[in-house]
Amino acid sequence: MTADRKSAEAGHSGKDVRSDLHVAIESRDSGGIELGLESRVGPYYGEAILTQARHVLETLGVKNAKVSIHDEGALPYVIAARIETAVRRAGLANSHKALPEKIAPPAPSAKDRLRRSRLYLPGTEPKYAINAGLHGPDAIILDLEDSVHPAEKDAARILVRNTLRAVNFGSCERMVRINQLPLGLEDLAEIIPEAPDVVLIPKVEHPGQVTQVDNMIAELKVRHQINRPIWLMPILESGQGIESAAPIAAATENVVALTIGLEDYTADLGVVKTAEGRESQYARTRLVNAARAAGVQAIDSVYSDVGDMEGLKQWAEAARALGFEGMGCIHPAQIPVIHAAFAPSAAEIEKAQRIVSAFEDAQQRGVAVVSLGSKMIDPPVVQRALKLVARAKSMGLA
Amino acid sequence: MTERVELAHNAAQRRVPTMVNGKPQIPYLGVGKYQPRGRKQAPPVRSSKDYPENGDKRLPDLETALRKCGLRDGMVISNHHHLRDGDRVALMMLEAAAKIGVKDLLWFPSASFPSQKDAIGLMEKGVIHHIEGSMNGPLGDYCTQGKMRGMGVLRSHGGRWQAIQDGEVHIDIAVIAAPTADAFGNADGSHGKSACGSLGFALADSTYADHVIVVTDSLVPFPCVPWQIQGNNVDYVVEVDCIGDPAKIVSGTTQITRSPDRLRIAEFVARFLRDAGIMKNGFSFQAGAGGIALAFVDYLRRMMKEAGVKARFVRGGSTKYLVDLLQEGLTDYILDGQTFDLEGVKSIANDPRHVATSPFTSYNYHGKGNFASMVDAVVLGATEVDVNFNANVVTHSDGRLLHGIGGWQNCLFSGCSILALPSFRDRIPVIVDEVTTLTGPGEMIDVVVTERGIAINPLRKDLLDAVKGSKLPIRPIQDIKTEVEQICGGRPARPKLGDRPVAVVKWVDGTVLDTVWQVG
Repeated sequence: MTADRKSAEAGHSGKDVRSDLHVAIESRDSGGIELGLESRVGPYYGEAILTQARHVLETLGVKNAKVSIHDEGALPYVIAARIETAVRRAGLANSHKALPEKIAPPAPSAKDRLRRSRLYLPGTEPKYAINAGLHGPDAIILDLEDSVHPAEKDAARILVRNTLRAVNFGSCERMVRINQLPLGLEDLAEIIPEAPDVVLIPKVEHPGQVTQVDNMIAELKVRHQINRPIWLMPILESGQGIESAAPIAAATENVVALTIGLEDYTADLGVVKTAEGRESQYARTRLVNAARAAGVQAIDSVYSDVGDMEGLKQWAEAARALGFEGMGCIHPAQIPVIHAAFAPSAAEIEKAQRIVSAFEDAQQRGVAVVSLGSKMIDPPVVQRALKLVARAKSMGLA
Repeated sequence: MTERVELAHNAAQRRVPTMVNGKPQIPYLGVGKYQPRGRKQAPPVRSSKDYPENGDKRLPDLETALRKCGLRDGMVISNHHHLRDGDRVALMMLEAAAKIGVKDLLWFPSASFPSQKDAIGLMEKGVIHHIEGSMNGPLGDYCTQGKMRGMGVLRSHGGRWQAIQDGEVHIDIAVIAAPTADAFGNADGSHGKSACGSLGFALADSTYADHVIVVTDSLVPFPCVPWQIQGNNVDYVVEVDCIGDPAKIVSGTTQITRSPDRLRIAEFVARFLRDAGIMKNGFSFQAGAGGIALAFVDYLRRMMKEAGVKARFVRGGSTKYLVDLLQEGLTDYILDGQTFDLEGVKSIANDPRHVATSPFTSYNYHGKGNFASMVDAVVLGATEVDVNFNANVVTHSDGRLLHGIGGWQNCLFSGCSILALPSFRDRIPVIVDEVTTLTGPGEMIDVVVTERGIAINPLRKDLLDAVKGSKLPIRPIQDIKTEVEQICGGRPARPKLGDRPVAVVKWVDGTVLDTVWQVG
């Protein structure tokens, strides 16, 4: 009697698909691997794709199967991810992973680094990730949550894992938005070994959720010998989340920022999300307050009208005035507008530089009191000025 | 064609046939190394006694006109491509020839388009022997697969003029689709229901062909003013219902790319022109109508405004974006070779500063200079560029015919030739070890701008110096290539090209630059 045929598919196909592939796998009793390939890059990488596919299947312990691949120029790390996903879905995988070649990771991320812009990248669409770093956002977010269909969560997890490993994002901070807990914990198991810099936790409503994620990350770091920081950014998306903003911000040492999800928040309140945002004003100022109290950054939500750069500019400037240090971003075109809005003005930089000079002068003279003309400058003001000048320098403005 | 073709190595180390369609060829000798001899060719002398005194040269249909021109087996017939993919006249002409029963014609369009794929049937029936002109889509595949009886010949716009002028191609009958004409044969492209702007590509045909037929769907009483084609060169005029589909002749508006990666490339190009000091009062530039080129014009426009800089002239491919420059006073003139959208058509019809040019004035190399070499900077595309800055526009990396040359080779004579292109397209590297088909020699290509950085040809020390201190990501071209190969998972396999030439690529002086080999 023949064993049950196991089959599954993964990836995308269709006339508009680019940088991705579709793979279908069907197990069989014997006959080894039968591999069929149709690829738009056949003349250039056809042989390489076949070799890679066989290698991936071997790593995963698949001995006898019929595999059909329809490729639209997928890069090697995507090919590996799609085949692994199909193999796992078919229940044919061993415990190994088909990991792509690892590129040199960027330097570990400082806790209070610049986070003016963070560009969302859907976790199941490879084509956006490949050049994302070139557009210079402060961070990129590989998303496993709302941009991924429930049936594709497993595929996204593997693809994001491979993306972290194989794609060069330049000096961008690499963030991953996991799913709402408890599903998010499964995401952690797959992606933490690839050491993202920040984990965004959606729909946080009490500090225990943050601690739970933090503990699991700590465990995974030990197991996988990761010695660099992995920070946390809880996302508050409900009335309860905002009510608990302060303890959430202070939940663990690894929290670096608080942010808000305005779509879900306004839905939770039962109000319409408007362009001016009056309905979320309280939530946002409360968030800024809680973040400051805990010594972490306050980061604003995204501005969803990609065509409206003037509206974006006004929103971003208003957010900065409220105390936010950055915001989310859904299109590279928004990045320069956001960076300009969150940059200190020339006047502010000049004033801060004068304070820093006065401070350095006082240091040199061995004097404890810093003064500018006849005015005494309090220590917190000096600290703020030093920080602003450092910021301005890293933005290339000073 | 089963006989062996003799090949020679040319000055670019490419193997090229020494005979093409029965005519001996001169292999490429290097830029500016070939000295032409002889006199320009010319049509026979005519007498007005043989033409209607009342100036009414009308005939009832194209078939009659072709018969009266004495269409015979083996002749050369031509047409222009200003109506692009909406053109109907080329097929009308070829089908009329088929009805007359002639065979073995050489079809000599200034370019062919996918909508003319029915020409394949006529090639199979033997009406057409071969095509000399760009071929893409189904016609390109037909040629690449070696099915055409003769060898294809790809020439630039200037090269086509040179070939006609020098007598390399002798046109027996030229058929000129005209959006407006009078019965004497004066014709123009700027007005009429199928208006397409300039008719420059038909000028050489009108002055050098033995016989000229004008086909129009909008006849006006004499005089047709303005006229770009002179009726004094025309034998017959034929009226038809429709010379082309207006929707496909010009697009409503050409669209700037929205792709962030391509916008980045476009912005780099504009910043390069600014930082290298090329953008300055009285400068000139040329850009095509592709998505990156349009976005580049948009970025440059903003920089010009900010710096208070005005161009003396811009060349195109005219589009709404060039027209905006003209109307905002950012350029004194548009010199237009081909009109791509309705804004361009309107402008050329109404604004005296928007001037129609021809391949003679813009591009002809065998003449006393041309406009293209006077342009300060030109922004072009390519399918491939190699580490020596050689570039390809006519084939994919797998050797299949993709594009014509257009004005691309001619534009390389500008002060600064810039290729703006992505470093790879769908896992296919654009920066390669060696181009599949050579269309432009590396010494003429100055800058390659990609989303991953800008490479400047080491021969251009002046440009390297000019951008010192700029924030632009200037990198050696090998670096960009290495990065791309790393992303794509290694070097791509070289295509398996056949050993039978199916077409040749000519340089601007008529010498043979490279060969297109049979594939598939």
